[in-house]
Amino acid sequence: MTEKLIQEDIEHEEYTINMGPQHPSTHGVLRLVVSLKGEIVERVEPHCGYIHRGIEKMCEKLTYPQIIHLTDRLDYLSAHMNNHAVCLCVENALEIEVPERVRYIRTIMDELARIASHELWWCSFGMDLGGLTCFFYGLRDREKILDIFEETCGARLLLSYNTPGGVMYDLHPDFQKRVKEFIVYFRKKIKEYDDLLTGNVIMQQRTKGIGFLSKEDAISYGVTGPSGRGSGFSCDVRKHRPYGMYHKTDFKEILRYEGDTFARYIVRMDEMRESMNIIEQLIDNLPEGDFAVKMKPIIRLPEGEYYQSIEAARGEFGVYIISDGNKTPVRVKFRSPNFCNLSALDLISRKQKIADLVAIGGSLDYVIPDIDR
Amino acid sequence: MAFNIYDLTSFTQSIDKALYSVLPPFWAVATEMLIIGVAILAFYAVVGLYLVYAERKVCAFMQNRVGPNRVGPYGFFQTIADLIKLLFKELVHIKSADQLLFNLAPFIVICASFLAIAAIPFAKGLHAIDLNIGIFYVIAVSSTGVIGILLAGWSSNNKYSLIGAMRSGAQIVSYELSVGLSLITMVILSGSMQLSVIVENQANGWYIFKGHLPAIISFLVFLVASTAETNRGPFDLAEAESELTAGFHTEYSGIRFAFFFLAEYMNMFIVASIAATVFWGGWMPLHIGGWAAFNHIMDFIPPFIWYIGKTAVVIWIMMWFKWTFPRLRIDQLLSLEWKYLLPINLVNVLLMAFIVLMGWHF
Repeated sequence: MTEKLIQEDIEHEEYTINMGPQHPSTHGVLRLVVSLKGEIVERVEPHCGYIHRGIEKMCEKLTYPQIIHLTDRLDYLSAHMNNHAVCLCVENALEIEVPERVRYIRTIMDELARIASHELWWCSFGMDLGGLTCFFYGLRDREKILDIFEETCGARLLLSYNTPGGVMYDLHPDFQKRVKEFIVYFRKKIKEYDDLLTGNVIMQQRTKGIGFLSKEDAISYGVTGPSGRGSGFSCDVRKHRPYGMYHKTDFKEILRYEGDTFARYIVRMDEMRESMNIIEQLIDNLPEGDFAVKMKPIIRLPEGEYYQSIEAARGEFGVYIISDGNKTPVRVKFRSPNFCNLSALDLISRKQKIADLVAIGGSLDYVIPDIDR
Repeated sequence: MAFNIYDLTSFTQSIDKALYSVLPPFWAVATEMLIIGVAILAFYAVVGLYLVYAERKVCAFMQNRVGPNRVGPYGFFQTIADLIKLLFKELVHIKSADQLLFNLAPFIVICASFLAIAAIPFAKGLHAIDLNIGIFYVIAVSSTGVIGILLAGWSSNNKYSLIGAMRSGAQIVSYELSVGLSLITMVILSGSMQLSVIVENQANGWYIFKGHLPAIISFLVFLVASTAETNRGPFDLAEAESELTAGFHTEYSGIRFAFFFLAEYMNMFIVASIAATVFWGGWMPLHIGGWAAFNHIMDFIPPFIWYIGKTAVVIWIMMWFKWTFPRLRIDQLLSLEWKYLLPINLVNVLLMAFIVLMGWHF
């Protein structure tokens, strides 16, 4: 009788391992304390904060154009979109109407940044699953977008191209040509991505049915972006509260209802295609005009609270500014999409195997600096 | 001393005669063993080093980059530089590890692959041991490598190494079945387990052509199972860097780590040479029965080059699918073996036996 109890005790022993802050497959400095029973994950506790830089506090001492440079460094893969959010918030507060050309430029650059971000996600997802070649193919194609960015504003990733009232410089003359060349090139390459990873039986077996997130849970945890849309939660800010040129372009909101890792994967692959469709619709019709509205040298927002959200590559990124009429805000709060996505990690990894944890983390696609701000 | 590149028997016989005429029989045998041992050791070391270089270059080209190209022309001496670095590294002494087993494990792994290499025919007459149970010996001896892996994981006193070693052990032991059964299929076709007889029998056509359907199935199963057995390719969960554990060789440093690393590449070489020998004719040139002129041209290339070429192609195929496919999870890996490969293999054995009995092979 005691032998049986001891045996049961040994079999049900839980042990805790640490996927520490430095780890090849947590994308950034995130510590995951995983409780395992054998191979099955019982509980995942994420410990974030290793890259907390006090960005929100720093914003309280900076003027509004200066805040833009800090927002680059949140979710650095959607840097341009973060800048866009702050600019929209300030412009709406001041009730400034930006020229049509500016909206076109911002939308096109947003979508290019989205494609670049999803490409990097694809690279690292393939690499986490073990297909190391995917990493190099994705990066090779992403270089083309970064070259376009560099020609436009000098920076590859952290653009700081937006400014309240418009953009910093006008587009260079070759911009349309380069973007069109890129789209033709990338449409071919994305077929290669499908051949290499999407259609692969091994990859499908490792992602189908893994990490199920139901629609109710997605809504209650606030999981937005491709991760939420993979569970059927229609949350695309570009459709629900359009900004930029999205109300004039024709694109689909990609929704899948299976809620597993494979669904989230397919949503992102299809989003890359939709982004290319959006760019194609806009690139030919760039209107002439100013690239910025003349703003006062010192921008002061009227007293009040202002919120603006945009669709970053990973979900709804929101900027909430409380101002008391000075040139620096009283409080800036960023609604971080990755923070909410990460909070669902515990829920969806329960009862999965440890190897699946890596695949699930890859499919949620969290960028840690955005979580920690 | 006639050095006929097409038939090294006369060369080896002449050395043999020279030794026996000079030394008493016991010392002649001992000297022969010493010569063969040193030659195989040198071959092992050189091939191991250059396989690592080949892998780095092949994977680099597949990944749209160049690979090592600084140390020596085309990076040729990169692995030698790496070897020298590993030799100089500190052998980290772990107090809580079981010292004897910890130090013994790499040697067992190396010895297992070393023993297997002794039975492979490299060219006509260049065959260290020609056992009449050749294939059986090779399978049996390469199975002992799993002891080294389990010992490494256990003696490291590290729960992550233990997890990795257990996974690895389970994987290797399961896939040995498939390897054995697919080789048995070919033994049925050839009628003998002796490797030199198997190669000789392929003089008028390689077994993969002679045995058509069951031989092709057997070859494919062997390729999959042997990649799994050597912990390579899509089956390398036990040592994957992007997973949780770094595998059974986490705690090893310096030359001991180099042993595991080398043994993995040499195991790949061994299974590739077994595949080349049993399925693709070993050192036998490609002969198509009846085309005398073609056969004559094929004969012009020395057998050793044929052997190396075939092994190189199989190794290249193994590298190709390592760098293309993502990894299988451990339970998917094991279910692949027990639910799919094993039944396919068993049916294939029956099929081959039937074909041989009816004489429906070439």
